[in-house]
Amino acid sequence: MLATCADSELMHDVEQFLFHEARLADEHRYEEWEELWADDAIYWVPANGENIDPEKQMSIIYDNRSRIGLRVRQLLSGKRYTQDPRSSLRRIIGNIELLGREGDDIRVGANSIVFESSARGETLWGSRNEYTLRRAGDGFKLARKKVSLVNNDRAIYTMSFII
Amino acid sequence: MNMMAPTPAWGDMILPDRVRGALYRDPAIFELELEKIWYRTWVYVGHESEIANPHDYVLKSIGLQPIIMSRGGDGQVHLLLNRCTHRGNQVCPKEKGNSPMHTCPFHAWNFGSDGKLLGYAFPEGYEGLDKSKHGLGRVPRVASYRGFVFGSFASEGPSLEEHLGGAAETIDRLCDNAPEGEIEITAGFLKHRVKANWKFILENETDGYHPAFVHSSIFSVADSAIGGLYGAKSTALTRDYGNGHTELDLRPEFRKRDALLSWFGTTPDKLPDYVARMNAAYGEKKAREIMIDGTPHVMIFPNLFIAEIQMFVIQPLGVNDSVQHVTALQFKGAPDLNRRMRQQTMGSVGPAGFLLADDSEMYERTQRGMEAHDTDWVFLGRGEHRERRDEDGFLVAHATDEVPSRGIWKHYRSLMEQP
Ligand SMILES: [Fe+2]
Repeated sequence: MLATCADSELMHDVEQFLFHEARLADEHRYEEWEELWADDAIYWVPANGENIDPEKQMSIIYDNRSRIGLRVRQLLSGKRYTQDPRSSLRRIIGNIELLGREGDDIRVGANSIVFESSARGETLWGSRNEYTLRRAGDGFKLARKKVSLVNNDRAIYTMSFII
Repeated sequence: MNMMAPTPAWGDMILPDRVRGALYRDPAIFELELEKIWYRTWVYVGHESEIANPHDYVLKSIGLQPIIMSRGGDGQVHLLLNRCTHRGNQVCPKEKGNSPMHTCPFHAWNFGSDGKLLGYAFPEGYEGLDKSKHGLGRVPRVASYRGFVFGSFASEGPSLEEHLGGAAETIDRLCDNAPEGEIEITAGFLKHRVKANWKFILENETDGYHPAFVHSSIFSVADSAIGGLYGAKSTALTRDYGNGHTELDLRPEFRKRDALLSWFGTTPDKLPDYVARMNAAYGEKKAREIMIDGTPHVMIFPNLFIAEIQMFVIQPLGVNDSVQHVTALQFKGAPDLNRRMRQQTMGSVGPAGFLLADDSEMYERTQRGMEAHDTDWVFLGRGEHRERRDEDGFLVAHATDEVPSRGIWKHYRSLMEQP
């Protein structure tokens, strides 16, 4: 299948946005990271599979926009001990695919590997990520991010950085 | 027990106000705990609502042992060992489900939901085998209190009600908060692993001294009334029920506030359906008392923690390796309250929780602290001078006092000193 020019331009913009979001998370740049979110955002890290109903079942994170803000303020408080000292992080976002478009919303899929180093040791976090990006001016806002950890059905260590 | 290893002198390691760090660090002691605590005393396994229908099952554990909690066709709850009686393969690999029969994939031996051996492949290979002697192993004593299912590997000993003692009343108090008088466990579990000894978790659950510090980050940014419950001026109490069960009794603070649902940080206008159902179920006077007092904060030794709106189950994996299984409590007949309990639970607990990520950080740091053992004491003497007996004869003291830890260790010592 031949991608059109418009598609490859969009793909480029999407990639740059995801890489930027990943770097802000890796570098604990919480305020800039929070700026990426749309007002009706959902940040979701399900537990026990990818297809649970977050309104009925427990998730590791199921934040609306105000709870994303609370999470960031806690991290910025200087007393979020689990991230003080902070985990050292670097992540790779790959296998990026445009999954669909609805109005201004663009659905994107990707795989992610995060390498975390902390006093506890070294931890690898692998996941399938789904994003909904919304056109906003020249760039995007993040309307939805779902991080389905590969091992989210098993016992996992504290994950208090931004996944 | 290893004949070479001398039995530790527990009385030298556990004093009334201090304990040795080796108790959290020594793998040999962990092995002894499996034998003398986890494979002997009553241990919480699961809730009846997790296997509501005949032939429902869910995988659980006691200590390191994998357990199938299964409901037989006749409705009876069984705690079966997940190990084929042929050559030891795990009979059931699936986390939960419904099946009248569990077939071992190794050689097709099959067992009923009650654990009985039903048959095996190519039966002509066995002559005169007594099937009744080859059913799945089972936890010899199974008992349930208000839907909470416990198992004991000791075929004789105190009954579950004797074991729970005064702490049974806290479970009653919890169930009273449901319009239909029952708890349901239906929201699935978060499984949070920590590189720390299980007893750090056990002791922290009713430690009222730490929240003002460990949780100051969330208290400072969320508008939460929890912080005041654990201040120096708090009228809340720590309580030792005996048998290792301990409580942080927040009712004195809630009664002072004298406001319905204040314990849950909300008001009746936000949950009109719940309030109406409570009034209908208990009458306005009793419903009012229940909705002021709220739910308990109680640690049932050794592994069931009821934390107002959620339930934790502590699973030991090794001397410095544990899992906290946690889920929102759900009250039968309270859909509007249940939704908020799930939302709040998701925010506060689990690997990314506003509260539990910091508690778990402390567990892991304390575990690392134990490696420095020039002076090996952990000091637990806070509030000894202001302990007193409550009207039921249980030891109580200030919300921030270490009555719970002292009670836990006293019971621990009595279990470990048993032959
Ligand atoms: Fe805590």
